Amino acid sequence: MPVQREKGIVVMQFDALDKKLLNMIQSNFPLVPEPYRELGNALGITEEEVIARLQSLMESGVIRRLGGVFDSRKLGYSGTLCAMNVPDERIRAVAGVVNSFDEVTHNYLREDYFNMWFTVLAPTVSRLGEILDEIRELTGIQEILTLPSENVFKIRVNFDLD
Amino acid sequence: MTEQDKQIVRELQKGLPLVSRPFKAIASKLGMSEEKLIGRIKQFVEDGRIRRFGAVVRHQDLGYVANAMVVWDVPEHRIQEVGSVMASFEEVTHCYQRPRHPGWPYNLYTMVHGRNREECIQAAQRIARATRLEQYRLLFSTAELKKSSMCYFEEKEFVECRKNTPDP
Repeated sequence: MPVQREKGIVVMQFDALDKKLLNMIQSNFPLVPEPYRELGNALGITEEEVIARLQSLMESGVIRRLGGVFDSRKLGYSGTLCAMNVPDERIRAVAGVVNSFDEVTHNYLREDYFNMWFTVLAPTVSRLGEILDEIRELTGIQEILTLPSENVFKIRVNFDLD
Repeated sequence: MTEQDKQIVRELQKGLPLVSRPFKAIASKLGMSEEKLIGRIKQFVEDGRIRRFGAVVRHQDLGYVANAMVVWDVPEHRIQEVGSVMASFEEVTHCYQRPRHPGWPYNLYTMVHGRNREECIQAAQRIARATRLEQYRLLFSTAELKKSSMCYFEEKEFVECRKNTPDP
């Protein structure tokens, strides 16, 4: 197994082949009829072993998903980063409201005056506005900084394991 | 986006099946040929609708445990130049320009990853020196309250997609 969890601590236990496989499939997944066979050929193992290793990496949660990472704007969606100042004693309740929207994809607490940072992604601009209005109404917190990206200089989502 | 394109997106976000011919399995569900599906996916990659095709990895499990959002106050006329310099740093995974707000003068946002806090702080200092910027702050994350994959074109079928993209 690639990962052991002990007392809540994640211990890295990939073997060299798992690492190679993960590096290969983060950005160069083969778009061919038999992709697992092709990966196996590159690694010198069988298609069955590639599938078994991927299965285990998914079960242990190292791989969250195998598939497409989409550009939301190019699919026609509108999104924005939002920031709120939430009093400490209300964090649980406010997070409950914010996270209840399927359109809220990420939410982090950060150490600053604006301590709750979340992203909203909706099929239309009007739906996006509705969600923010509902959050204001349900939490009673009127000030939400809306910070849509105006320019992208970098998005890197893969990590080299070597 | 045609209805068929939306169907392709819906299937791809459920995850590629671990079978010998995964594209054929999806294609037959959609009533199209394997060849046509692969061609369509390549087209999506080419036109940028798919930013990347492959595995989404939980990087916290891979040793990058600390992350800071570093926000910068950059003079408008230097945005392009500074954005490119910041993007060139290995520690910077994301770099975006965003609007300023009254009382919040920051207009450039970088995500900085490191093995610990100190690495993030040092990376921010190196970036500040390289860009000759003095107005910035680091916002360390203290808790991840939600992290999920967006389910596109699934307004009526959220449940099915969510089931296949569990939150960590």
